[in-house]
This record gives sequence, C-alpha cells and structure tokens, in this order.
Amino acid sequence: MRVIAWLVEGTWPACVDAVRAHAPDDAEVVLLHVTGPDVPGVAHGAFAGLLGRGHPERDPGTRLEALGGRSAAGILDAAAERLGRPCAREERAGRVEREVVAAAEGADLLVLARDGDRSRLGPRSLGPAARFTVDHAPCPVLLVWPEAAPGLATIPPPPHHPPHHPPHHP
Amino acid sequence: MAVPAAGVAIATGAISLDHARAEAARLGPVVGFLAAVLVLAHFCDVEGLFQACGAWMARWARGRPVRLLTAVFALASAITAVLSLDATIVLLTPVVFATAARTGVRPKPHVYACTHLSNTASLLLPVSNLTNLLAFAASGLSFTRFAALMALPWLVAIGAEYLVFRRFFARDLTAAAPGAEDTGPAPGLPLFALVTVGCTLAGFVVASVFGVEPAWVAAAGALVLAGRALVRRKATPLTVVRAAAPAFLAFVLALGIVVRAVVDNGLSDVLGRALPGGTGLPALLGIAALAAVLANLINNLPAVLVLLPLAAPAGAGAVLAVLLGVNIGPNLTYAGSLATLLWRRIVHQHEHGVDLGEFTRLGLLAVPSSLAVAVVALWGSLQVL
Repeated sequence: MRVIAWLVEGTWPACVDAVRAHAPDDAEVVLLHVTGPDVPGVAHGAFAGLLGRGHPERDPGTRLEALGGRSAAGILDAAAERLGRPCAREERAGRVEREVVAAAEGADLLVLARDGDRSRLGPRSLGPAARFTVDHAPCPVLLVWPEAAPGLATIPPPPHHPPHHPPHHP
Repeated sequence: MAVPAAGVAIATGAISLDHARAEAARLGPVVGFLAAVLVLAHFCDVEGLFQACGAWMARWARGRPVRLLTAVFALASAITAVLSLDATIVLLTPVVFATAARTGVRPKPHVYACTHLSNTASLLLPVSNLTNLLAFAASGLSFTRFAALMALPWLVAIGAEYLVFRRFFARDLTAAAPGAEDTGPAPGLPLFALVTVGCTLAGFVVASVFGVEPAWVAAAGALVLAGRALVRRKATPLTVVRAAAPAFLAFVLALGIVVRAVVDNGLSDVLGRALPGGTGLPALLGIAALAAVLANLINNLPAVLVLLPLAAPAGAGAVLAVLLGVNIGPNLTYAGSLATLLWRRIVHQHEHGVDLGEFTRLGLLAVPSSLAVAVVALWGSLQVL
C-alpha cells in the first residue's frame, strides 16, 4: 500500500498524525511538499518594477526560490521525525494542486489537510488548492482537520421550507 | 536603452540642447540624493539591520501569522519611509520570507505585504521613493512640510492596506503549525546603523530649517556608513560605487530628457486638458486617479516626470496628489506597469510565474481604497496645515 501525505506550511503536523493513526504498518509512506511559483514570482515582479536599480543577482525573487527550497527540506525533515518510521520524501515545484494530483497517481491513499476557513464546518473549509485536489484525486482521499474540528452548531440551520410567501391582500 | 534614446532626441532636435541641459541640471541633485539613499540602505544591510529585523519579527510574532503580518506592516512601512522602497524590496523581502518559513507561517501574505508597502508606504518622506525626490524638487516644499502634509495620507493608506490584507488572506493567516515557534537567537542591536539613520533623519529636519539641500545630509549619512565599512574592510570602493547603481542614475537622467522631449512635442497639451485644475477634493481625487492610471500604463517614473510640470503651477497640493497616484497605483499591475511587463517580457522569463488573477484582484481591492482615503487625508491636511 502506497500512502502519500501532502504537507503544507502550518497544517502539516495533522497530516503526519493521520498517517500514524490510519496507515497500516507495512504501508509505503511518501511525504510530499510542493513549492508554488507565486511567492518568488511576486518578488521578481517587484524587482522588475525598480527598472534596473540594483544588479540582477540581487533579485529578491531568486533569493526566495533558494530560501523556499531550504524551507521545504526543513518541513520534510521535521515531518519525517514526527512520523517516526521509514518514509520517502518528495519535493516538487509547480502549480501546487496539479502537482499533488500528479503525485497521487497510482497511490492507494492521499492524506491532506483542510486549508480554508476552519472556524466552521462546511465547504469553505477547503481552499482552492485542497478543493481542486479532492475533486480530481485519482485515488482514495483522507481529508483531515489541522486542529480539532469545529462543533456541529457551526452548521447554519436548514432553510425554511417551503419558502414563505406573504398572503396577497387586494 | 534610455541613454541612446536621449541622444537621439537631442540629435534630431526633438528637444533643444538648452532644454536638455536644464533638465539634466534639475535632475542632477535628485540623482545624487538617490545615490546617497541607495548607499545608506546597502550599508545598513552590511551592518546587520535587516537580519535584526527578521529576529525582531520572529520574536514578536511567536509563530502567529496575524502578529507576523502586523510586524511586517510596521517594519516595512518604517523601512520604506526612511530607506526607500528599494530597501524593502531587495533587502527586507527575503528576510520576511525566511522569517515566515522558519516560524512555520505561510509566507505568501507577508511577501505580498512587502511588495505592496514598498509602494503604499513610500508616501511619507522625500527620500522614500524616487518619485518623491522628483516631486519634492518641483513642489518647493521644505522637507518637514512635505513630511507633515504626507503623514496622515501615509498612515491611512497603510491602514486601508492592512484591512484589505487581513480579509484577502484570511485563510492563509489562520494556518500556523503548533509548536513551530523557533524564534531564533536574540537579535544583536545594529546600534551604529540605527544611530546613523536617526542622525540623518534629524539632519534632514535641521537642514530644511537652514535651507540646506537635504541631498548633502543623505550623502553625509551614506559616507559615515560606507566609511566605516571601508575601514573595517567589509567593503571596497567598488562595492560602494556599485551600491549607488550608477547605470540606473544615468538611466534616470536620460529618461528625464526623453520625457521632456515627448512633453515638449504635444503630450503636455493632451494631458493638460485631462488634468483637473485647482486643489479642491474632487480635483485632487481626479489628479490622483489620472496619475495612478498613467503609472500603470507607463511606469510611475516617467508618469511623474510627465505630470509634474503640469501639476506644479496648481500648487503643492496638486503635486502631492500626483504622488499619491503614482506611488500607490503600481500595486495594481504585476511589475508596476504594463510597460515594464511588456518590455522585460517577464511572463516569458518566468513562465510558471505569479497568479496574475490573484495579484490583480488584490490590487483592485487595495489600490482604490487606499488611494481614496489617502487623497481625502491629504485634502484634510492641506486644510489644517
């Protein structure tokens, strides 16, 4: 059995804990981190806006790309330590949600954390990246709350049925 | 690129030699001022100021994203105002990214904050932005009066950005890895850099009282920090010259001459009709909006060069309204303007680059709101001061 745990800054410990709780002992575990291009891209753009002040080697976008690689390695290290059993590490770069779906091909389980508004139960608890991944995953998915799930009381009451129409008075 | 263009403009008679010489003489002190501020920021980095900023932010935020965003707003605003937007983009942004990554916080809102504040927070002082230096020379304002008039617009524009960011990035700002509170070692205080920058700021105030060109004060501050680095062998004369970006200084001079040629040959008539007259609130709003649009089309540097001669006769209020537009406006377009985008073909250089849709959505929320409140604040300041 091949289990992929998609790790994201801020929410990855919950995914690692879910693997520990739910993956069989003999499962092959892959810790996956995907670095998106958007954050260094923003810095590249800001530097370009300076119109050539400073030299190209000082482009902060390039420094962010290097720092991002180190940061991803740090997360994978910390996650492997928290997992406490043999695992493989996979670092990918590109459009995050598509890279995750591609990495999940042929897997038996994909573990990911909700990345949206986690103050209430509901569809908004998934951000765009997790939503795309859940909708397109080519394998079974285990979707976890990064922290304790909110209570059932956070679900709004059902809409009144049938819709109320005021009586018509001539 | 601009230097040969300036040569062509002079050679073909598009601009008379006298006008070109006058333009160069007008821009000379501005360019010198800019060089001094660039050197000042570079050697603040050498002294460890930005590393210390990272350590301060990490300790204050303790791994909580909203607190980190607040810290980034405070530091990026202060650094942009005092050491110019270049310092925030080139020197602070990597530190902010590293701090976020190290403390388990998603870096995106914080890096976006750096780029937005490098524009929005560059309203306060003449040294904050090259556009300000150009306008400062044209406005006839003293250093202190410029800062006094721009203080309120600066604050409310940053406040508007902060509210937009809290809402726009609400999802990213709730995600924090529990226990990832690596606050790092206690920061050493880069006392020498802080004192030099503080003295330079005080020097601006004193110089404006005595009518001394503030560029000299900036040069003195830059010389102190560069001199110390030279003595301690942390720099060579070559690194000092490189820090001043001589190629860019030549570019600014040439750009000024090219723009003057374009303005002389009819652009001033066209824009003069579009630019609202007077300094009432509707006129100021119109001026700022026009300046913001122009900045997004052709970059804020040429935009301010084009608009200044047209706005200056209406008084300091109109000049400052132009500045609000050209400084806040570039947050709307990736790379600051469509012209830069096309010219450098960034889209092709970084094929898998930034999500332009998200960038533009954020700009469409942040730019009109911060620009509107800033113009109202400027109008209020002009009434009171």
